[in-house]
Amino acid sequence: MSADMTAHTPTIVLVGHGMVGQRFLESLADRGVTERARIVVLCEEPRPAYDRVQLTSYFSGKTPDDLSMVEAGFMEKHGIELYVGDPAESVDREARTVTARSGQVFAYDSLVLATGSYPFVPPVPGKDARGCFVYRTIEDLLAIEEYAKTATTGAVVGGGLLGLEAAGALKGLGLDTHVVEFAPRLMPVQVDEGGGAALLRTIERMGLTVHTGTGTQEVVTADGAVTGMKLSDGSEVATDMVVFSAGVRPRDQLARDCGLTVGERGGIAVDELCRTSDPAVFAIGECALASDGRVYGLVAPGYEMAQTAAAVIADATDETVSGFTGADMSTKLKLLGVDVASFGDAHGTAEGCLDVVYSDSRSGVYKKLVISGEGVLLGGVLVGDAEQYGLLRPLTGTVPPVSPEQLVLPAGAGAPVALGPSSLPDDAVICSCHNVTKHAIGQCESLAEVKKCTKAGTGCGSCVKVIEKLLPAPKDKGLCGCFSYTRSELYEIARTLRITSFAALLDSHGRDAAKGGEGCEVCKPTVGSILASLNNGYILDGEQASLQDTNDHFLANMQRNGSYSVVPRIPGGEITPDKLIVIGEVARDFGLYTKITGGQRIDLFGARVDQLPAIWTRLVDAGFESGHAYGKSLRTVKSCVGQTWCRYGVQDSVKMAIQLELRYRGLRAPHKLKSAVSGCARECAEAQSKDFGIIATANGWNLYVGGNGGATPRHADLLAQDLSDAELVRLIDRFLMFYIRTADRLERTSTWLERLEGGLDHLKDVVVHDSLGLCDELEALMAAHVDDYQDEWAQTLDDPERLRRFVSFVNAPDAPDPSVRFVPERDQIKPDLTILTLGRTNSTLEGASR
Amino acid sequence: MTTTLSSPTTTKTLEIRSSDDSWVPVCEESRLTPGRGVAALLPDGRQVAVFRGRSGRVYAIDNRDPFTGAQVLSRGLVGSVDGRPFVASPLLKQRFDLETGRCLDDDEVAVAVYPVRGK
Repeated sequence: MSADMTAHTPTIVLVGHGMVGQRFLESLADRGVTERARIVVLCEEPRPAYDRVQLTSYFSGKTPDDLSMVEAGFMEKHGIELYVGDPAESVDREARTVTARSGQVFAYDSLVLATGSYPFVPPVPGKDARGCFVYRTIEDLLAIEEYAKTATTGAVVGGGLLGLEAAGALKGLGLDTHVVEFAPRLMPVQVDEGGGAALLRTIERMGLTVHTGTGTQEVVTADGAVTGMKLSDGSEVATDMVVFSAGVRPRDQLARDCGLTVGERGGIAVDELCRTSDPAVFAIGECALASDGRVYGLVAPGYEMAQTAAAVIADATDETVSGFTGADMSTKLKLLGVDVASFGDAHGTAEGCLDVVYSDSRSGVYKKLVISGEGVLLGGVLVGDAEQYGLLRPLTGTVPPVSPEQLVLPAGAGAPVALGPSSLPDDAVICSCHNVTKHAIGQCESLAEVKKCTKAGTGCGSCVKVIEKLLPAPKDKGLCGCFSYTRSELYEIARTLRITSFAALLDSHGRDAAKGGEGCEVCKPTVGSILASLNNGYILDGEQASLQDTNDHFLANMQRNGSYSVVPRIPGGEITPDKLIVIGEVARDFGLYTKITGGQRIDLFGARVDQLPAIWTRLVDAGFESGHAYGKSLRTVKSCVGQTWCRYGVQDSVKMAIQLELRYRGLRAPHKLKSAVSGCARECAEAQSKDFGIIATANGWNLYVGGNGGATPRHADLLAQDLSDAELVRLIDRFLMFYIRTADRLERTSTWLERLEGGLDHLKDVVVHDSLGLCDELEALMAAHVDDYQDEWAQTLDDPERLRRFVSFVNAPDAPDPSVRFVPERDQIKPDLTILTLGRTNSTLEGASR
Repeated sequence: MTTTLSSPTTTKTLEIRSSDDSWVPVCEESRLTPGRGVAALLPDGRQVAVFRGRSGRVYAIDNRDPFTGAQVLSRGLVGSVDGRPFVASPLLKQRFDLETGRCLDDDEVAVAVYPVRGK
């Protein structure tokens, strides 16, 4: 900005520097606001924001510095003026100024109140005596620690979340500890009666004394110091100190004093954009009364509000200004070493809802699920074992795939806990295309019978895997009616005996009845894939040509009317404008329907088989090659834009994605392979849903394997961390070749990994630690693949003999298939299905125009 | 390239009998890869899928997949079960007996079979 301009630099004043305040500052920095505005922070505590949620960990050896939420140099880097130990005293909204305790006056354009809350201390006699404390700040902890040195007994008023934290702290300081809770159970907000009882037993077993259903009447003192407490049930407790932890109240005094609207029971009233009754003033976090009428005492909703306010102040117009309309109050935490979680409608307040409860007093485990009359999971409480929280919370609002009792029973209790198909209820619909239930499938003996009797699995086919798991385990583990060996056994046979043809394998290792026969639609492509991964030859020659599914045979994907789709490879999703134009021109010239795929490339639909060579001639001339969308092989390596452009990126994810896609293109596998590379932990490329996914770290790459989207989603498992480029590639080489070698037919890496004996640990042993001594060979096989790779479409176009098959009719090579016709749809084409229902096309050529 | 196809001197022209009882020439037998099919267009507009088995025997059935209506059976994979050859539709994989046209996965469905000869 030139010096002679008197442009106004806006000032943002933040009052309060807790966790939410700090998140607000980070959000401003992310949006670049710190570069164009002056930012002033007034902080009452003597130190910058720290992790209040982890406060108790101070007693397990964490220092105040460990708890800090502020990255070193953050304030300096963004030019933020932070005044610690100098709280705001008053606000003049007319003059738009804030006066701090030190007397400094700051003019503001936007004022953000993040003053948090204060501990509620019940108005009982003696509450201000020496030895009475609250539990809120690091300073409180330091004072408690000091006083405890001369104490032997401590009492906590309040058996909620914070109260139990405080009790844990006193216990940790070596005091005999009492907990006094007014409600009839511990943690009344989060857990129900049964959960409270389980918690009570566990906590009493640790040696704490719990008094529930009773209030504190008086703090008994002698010479101004605490000596005990009188409870409302008439009993007395001798104690040297009292910690009040009976809830918090919003700190809204500053707002009240300057005339902002506050709620009846406290809290600065804000709208969805976190604006108070004065649009220049915002309130976020525990001091705010959200637009849904609630004050949120959890940090996550506070963070959401911080981001909302920052977006509004930054004048952002993107979708990030979503507004804060309320938050999920689900929580999972560890109190005194006990897991406690609650989610959704934990108290079963919905009308007509039902409970499913598992309770084991011996181990202090209590689990309750709240289910609606229709079987929808509404919420629940988990105490003592909150392992399933991660699974149950996402299922909230849905009808779980297994019966509720199986979700709460512990492993080994007679019923499988895993959400496998065997645990599905009898009336669960397995095939949604044909509405076939598990019960109906149970009446059949084999997949063929299921298809024949129920039609299940003949629609989209996505349920076939589930059906197979529901059928009685076949005594014969053979691949099909032709082979009694599994795919991986056949792989080993072909590899070790160097068998290079299907006929030779069938005649030497097929079942007796199948020897000399044709094979079948199951074993032919399977063996074709094995031979392709072992030999790397052109897959359309000689006998190989008869083994491939039609998609592999024509190097394109057959669609429902017998036309094909074409997918050129776009490695990493990176493409030049010129190449994009070529794709557009080809699509336009051949009248193809175009759609962007989920794998960051472009699918061109509606090509007749006889058009494929002409289409590919244009594409190959422009530098494209086969995308192998038709093969059981590597599809795409998706990427985010990475460090090159993205301000968050820590590695060049696009470069790595391209390198990997070019390395593994054309690799034949038991099933398709998908991959992605994300340039930072934000994971925009969704790598954890891929067969092998890579996420950049500051030190290199993390490799995840066995992820899947589709019908049975699975998060990938972390195989190795902080790999260099070379280490990453070597590990993926080994992983893929080990998978190709040992997986069953049509088994994705996710199911393979689930099935693999020893699971992830075994996989690590084999491919990371080389426990089987296989790695050299696996790497050599991959090196051979990389060396031998050639583009199948370029090879095909170079050979007139190979091109001969690309005709609709062998006796009329120039005639297009009249049954492949299209009608308009949204300015493009779609298959004309009416012509297919006619049974046959009555004219030879007249219907062929398109 | 090594090939299992017959040498040109012994190759025959395949013919299919059409609805008017005439024999329609389709292609040289050598055009057929064992285990794969081709499609042929008959004068009346019908499409025929022609296959050659591993033994050399040739089969012809209607090209239309009755489950989807698409003219695609010629692009399915040939297999055999209990010594009888079949083709599996490339779309939804139902199998059709190449000698009788009967669907092996649905008793109520069948496709037409055409007489075929090599001349």
